Amino acid sequence: MLLRYILKRILWMVPFLFAVSIVAFLLIQAPPGDYLTTYIAKLGESNEVLDQASIENLRARFGLDRPLYVQYFKWVANLLQGDFGMSFEWRQPVSDLIWQRMGLTVMLSFSTLLFTWAVAFPIGVYSAVRKYSIGDYVATTLGFIGLATPNFLLALIMMYVGVVYFGSDVGGLFSNEYKNAPWSLAKFWDLLKHLWLPIVVLGTSATASLIRIMRANLLDELNKPYVDTARAKGLSEFWLIMKYPVRVALNPFVSTIGWVLPNLVSGAVVTAIVLSLPTAGPLMLQALLAQDMYLAGAFVLLLSSLTVVGMLLSDILLVLLDPRVKYE
Amino acid sequence: MSDTTDTSPEAGREAEIAASVGHRHEDVAIASQWQLIWWAFRRHKLAMVGLWVIGLFYLVALFCEFFAPDDPTQQNRRAVFHPPQMIHFIDNREDGWGIRPFVWEMDRHRDPDTLAITYEKSGEKIYLRFFGRGEEYRMWGLFDWDLHFLATVEPRDQFFLFGADRLGRDMFSRVMYGTRVSMSIGLVGVAIAMVLGIALGGASGYYGGRTDAIIQRLIEFVLSLPTIPIWLALAAALPPSWPVYQQYFVITLIVSLVGWTELGRVVRGRFLAMKNDDFVIAARLDGASEGRIIFRHMLPSLTSHIIASLTLAIPLMILAETALSFLGLGLQPPAISWGVLLKEAQNIRSISQAPWLFIPGGFVVVAVLAFNFLGDGMRDAADPYAH
Amino acid sequence: MPPTRMRTDMSKPVISIKNLNVGFNIRQGMLDVLHGVSFDLHRGKTTCVVGESGSGKSVTARTILNMVPPPGVINGGRILFNPEGQETIELTALNSRGKAIRAIRGGRIGMIFQEPMSSLSPVHTIGSQIVEAIRLHRDVPKKEAKAMAVDALRQVEIPNPEKAVDRYAFEFSGGMRQRAMIAMALACRPEVLIADEPTTALDVTTQAEILDLMRNLQVEMGMAIMFITHDMGVVAEIADEVVVMEKGHVVETGDVSQVFNAPEHPYTRKLLGAVKRLEEPATAKVRPAADAPEILKVRDLQLHFEKREGFMQRVTDVTKAVDGISFDLRKGEALGIVGESGSGKTTVGRCIARVYDPQAGTVDYEGLDLVSAGTDQLRKSRRQIRMIFQDPFASLNPRMTVKQIIAEPLIVNGIASGKDLDERVAQLLTEVGLDPGMMERYPHAFSGGQRQRIVVARAIALEPRLVIADEPTSALDVSIRTQVLDLLLKLQAEMGLSFIFISHDMAVIRYFCDRVAVMYRGQIVEIGETEQIITDPQHPYTKALLSSVPIADPALRGTRQRHRYVAEA
Repeated sequence: MLLRYILKRILWMVPFLFAVSIVAFLLIQAPPGDYLTTYIAKLGESNEVLDQASIENLRARFGLDRPLYVQYFKWVANLLQGDFGMSFEWRQPVSDLIWQRMGLTVMLSFSTLLFTWAVAFPIGVYSAVRKYSIGDYVATTLGFIGLATPNFLLALIMMYVGVVYFGSDVGGLFSNEYKNAPWSLAKFWDLLKHLWLPIVVLGTSATASLIRIMRANLLDELNKPYVDTARAKGLSEFWLIMKYPVRVALNPFVSTIGWVLPNLVSGAVVTAIVLSLPTAGPLMLQALLAQDMYLAGAFVLLLSSLTVVGMLLSDILLVLLDPRVKYE
Repeated sequence: MSDTTDTSPEAGREAEIAASVGHRHEDVAIASQWQLIWWAFRRHKLAMVGLWVIGLFYLVALFCEFFAPDDPTQQNRRAVFHPPQMIHFIDNREDGWGIRPFVWEMDRHRDPDTLAITYEKSGEKIYLRFFGRGEEYRMWGLFDWDLHFLATVEPRDQFFLFGADRLGRDMFSRVMYGTRVSMSIGLVGVAIAMVLGIALGGASGYYGGRTDAIIQRLIEFVLSLPTIPIWLALAAALPPSWPVYQQYFVITLIVSLVGWTELGRVVRGRFLAMKNDDFVIAARLDGASEGRIIFRHMLPSLTSHIIASLTLAIPLMILAETALSFLGLGLQPPAISWGVLLKEAQNIRSISQAPWLFIPGGFVVVAVLAFNFLGDGMRDAADPYAH
Repeated sequence: MPPTRMRTDMSKPVISIKNLNVGFNIRQGMLDVLHGVSFDLHRGKTTCVVGESGSGKSVTARTILNMVPPPGVINGGRILFNPEGQETIELTALNSRGKAIRAIRGGRIGMIFQEPMSSLSPVHTIGSQIVEAIRLHRDVPKKEAKAMAVDALRQVEIPNPEKAVDRYAFEFSGGMRQRAMIAMALACRPEVLIADEPTTALDVTTQAEILDLMRNLQVEMGMAIMFITHDMGVVAEIADEVVVMEKGHVVETGDVSQVFNAPEHPYTRKLLGAVKRLEEPATAKVRPAADAPEILKVRDLQLHFEKREGFMQRVTDVTKAVDGISFDLRKGEALGIVGESGSGKTTVGRCIARVYDPQAGTVDYEGLDLVSAGTDQLRKSRRQIRMIFQDPFASLNPRMTVKQIIAEPLIVNGIASGKDLDERVAQLLTEVGLDPGMMERYPHAFSGGQRQRIVVARAIALEPRLVIADEPTSALDVSIRTQVLDLLLKLQAEMGLSFIFISHDMAVIRYFCDRVAVMYRGQIVEIGETEQIITDPQHPYTKALLSSVPIADPALRGTRQRHRYVAEA
């Protein structure tokens, strides 16, 4: 039953991703001009001029002289064979470029997700159970501020504090001496020392919204009659809250995986730029700006897939957690 | 025996709300929905604070020329990274003390060895005047005027409440002008989102069936597109050479993409639920036309909820604009918005030298907070008939 | 640590509530909800606590378990518990979160609640919830506890208890859920069972079964039952002792026969009177003329609800809400349609009003087939066929004044406007017994009964000939029910109205209707003169339905034979 459901959902992803590929392609083509225009403009800045012949030559080499739909189908055909194409700008296969960055990106995303849950869950529960206590007010206020502060602003402030008060540059994921060093225990330790800052910065707004979601849901559930039933059984206050209302209020928590996952990858763009993190975001932005078509397209597709997979994951978890959710 | 005398326990919530704000039963009896909502809303202290703050912000947005003491684009080489000055009100002079607003004048010094620039108090006072004359401006593009909320007594003097940026432009004036752009982008964006959301969500909820299925798939599709890359791609498509108003319009469109799906879902849900409410069926049986049912019977119940949702969508749009402009993908200078101003703070060397460049960020945070408080309060008060 | 064993005096009440005061701490100060409540519960006896909403009966029940809902506080009085073979415990003196009270909750005093759906956890199996209750108070391994849970389910007559134990609450019907609740509350064999309106949310036949079950279990286990209800019929069926509560006061206590035969307090008399009046046809009833022509002929009406899903809108489930219904209605006649929830009675009414579009059959209204009628014809017929809804809160738009609401049909049909309209609305309000001076008020300023009068005024504004009344009184308190029914009777006499009167309540039907159709699963199983059906039902379902209706006379308890009807699937 569950397996059939998953299979059906995966089948649905095919037309969806197809539609996304069209949207992605059109989006990247939307700006006037193409990669060559950007390239020529850049060369122009350094006073180099390409003659018409070599421009035509390049255009043909990149396949930019063909009609749009031909370019699109060629791209999709290659995609189906697992070939993401070449990046114009980097003159490297797109897949290599993405994989170089994806490892750290995924690791950062998951650590942030864990951080978010670890912080939001207990605070949210506390805030609801001790409604209108001082702790609740503090949590609610901090939550509101966390929501209202753009991530990049938080990153900037952290960096400012780091530079002015601790005299150290807190950006990046590695210290200079480890940046290009092979993996070692020391490098890993160095990574951990740098990791907390992006995690906190990236996780703050998600944590804040999760606290609010958890609190609101739990407050709804706390008044449900089944809580009284459990209390009338003689269950202790702590266990009856953990076992019944928290369990039910957990469902919306689980559904967050769907949007947290892709959001962490793409939402981190601005923050990653400010903190100069070697993750996927800045590369994607660069590709979009330079109209580096295949690289940008691959990113948009990848993120869309992540979104769909994330939603599927959270739906499966929901089915497992809540017997009321029927999968049809 | 008649039941006209029985106390109605059902009318409890309205009565309780009214009692807590000091209204008598007779007032409650003839109180319209908006009065009840207002009474319920007023009990929400944070929401009231939010309302005041937002009112103030829009006042500034409307009259930013008047609130800004200077032309926001006016550069001043002698005031590069001029630090903020405090306004003092109590002035102690040889001829006795009095209440006269002034700031301490600051002189620019350059360290001969390190070439670092510092500002020090010169000991002179720059006197200020409320509603004084100053720089001339064109109000709303309609007429010339020179009245300012706060101006120097001596027209040659300049003061910097929020300091100056790397070109010596007055940050306070720039923030005032940025308020107009940032606050209005949220409003216009929400208006566009509202039209889309209500039209599609309403059609979906009211007609149901296949229309609903198609619109729902569309909304699901849009929702599962990764928003940020799409904004980035769209914004990157903007030619930087476009005039400011054109950029402004397109950015607003992009930003409104954030909100309409959510709004569409809310409207659809409400329409679906209400379509089968007894009072709507009663209206149909009364012989009311479809149009009358929608506009006279259904929409009045929806408006308060829609307004609450809209209010909660505005801060998302403000944040979106800020992020895009910060990346250099949104509005481009010479346009001024909070995001454009924050872009100046991107450089770690600038902010370590001039932390006051963070001030526009403070405005973003306060505006977003205020909208969230206001929206939360409105959402809670939106249905004064809930039991 | 059990104290020195002493012989329990069996005549001593197991629970003694003495002078209990409970207040709610609200912003304006302390609002007392219980004022010096005192009564006792005895072993092997059922004490019914009766009162209308807001009388404080539920708060009293929760206070026994020291579970006063916040912001409530006990600010006076004591509750004493005399467990078998132990010393008296003062429940109100225990820490409400402490071990001592928790050992009593569920262990020695069990409790069941009104809403069987929401009172069980939606995400845990029935079995795990019962096992938990057992293991909290008995030191037994999980496996044994599960066996005990199965036994408990068997005891409350849940079929297939071995399977049921692993199922979720939402997979059960309302009655089965309430049985599971009882099984859980009784799993540890408590000495006291507190039941807070346990049958209010159930159909009348299911209610009868649950009442039977509770009586049997009491005989078997000998516990004291505190049974909270607002229904005097249920009191007559189950109570040994009666406690009548009004606005936080106990106004009368006594033996059940004493309270029913010689009620002392006026409030008790009012409650009983309202019930008694509904046990016979209305005296003021005008019968239709013997040769009255038929105004409505319904033939083979059918509506199946299809659940559609997915992009292709495939049909995944079919509910046969109305499955071939035929009946006639004569001019000036009131036809009752009685049935339990899900029987399709409301759908029939809505099909005739064309709120729903029936899929087959005809509804002949004086020569016009309403099923196939076009928009214009329907518009005309809707002036003459009007509807009254069950919930007077939902059927009035809270955002319109009473005047706007009543004027709406007059305006959209172009009947009156301006000053004429005002006069017409005033006249209608007077007719339904409301002060015309209140027409500028909003519905929220009116009580339930008053609102239903507004709904009636809207219905008669167009001078209709047929009124479809869908459970017009079931959302109202008993005492107000007869007032609204009398108003409808008056209007029927004055205007010569015909009625289709939909209700689940046999007493209301008997009071109001000339004929009655009994519906079960989308079909009419029996139709005929009301009195005849009540005195001599033919169909087994009708028999089961009638034998389940509680009679507000404790002297008749046990004299009736209970019929059970299980339809062949």
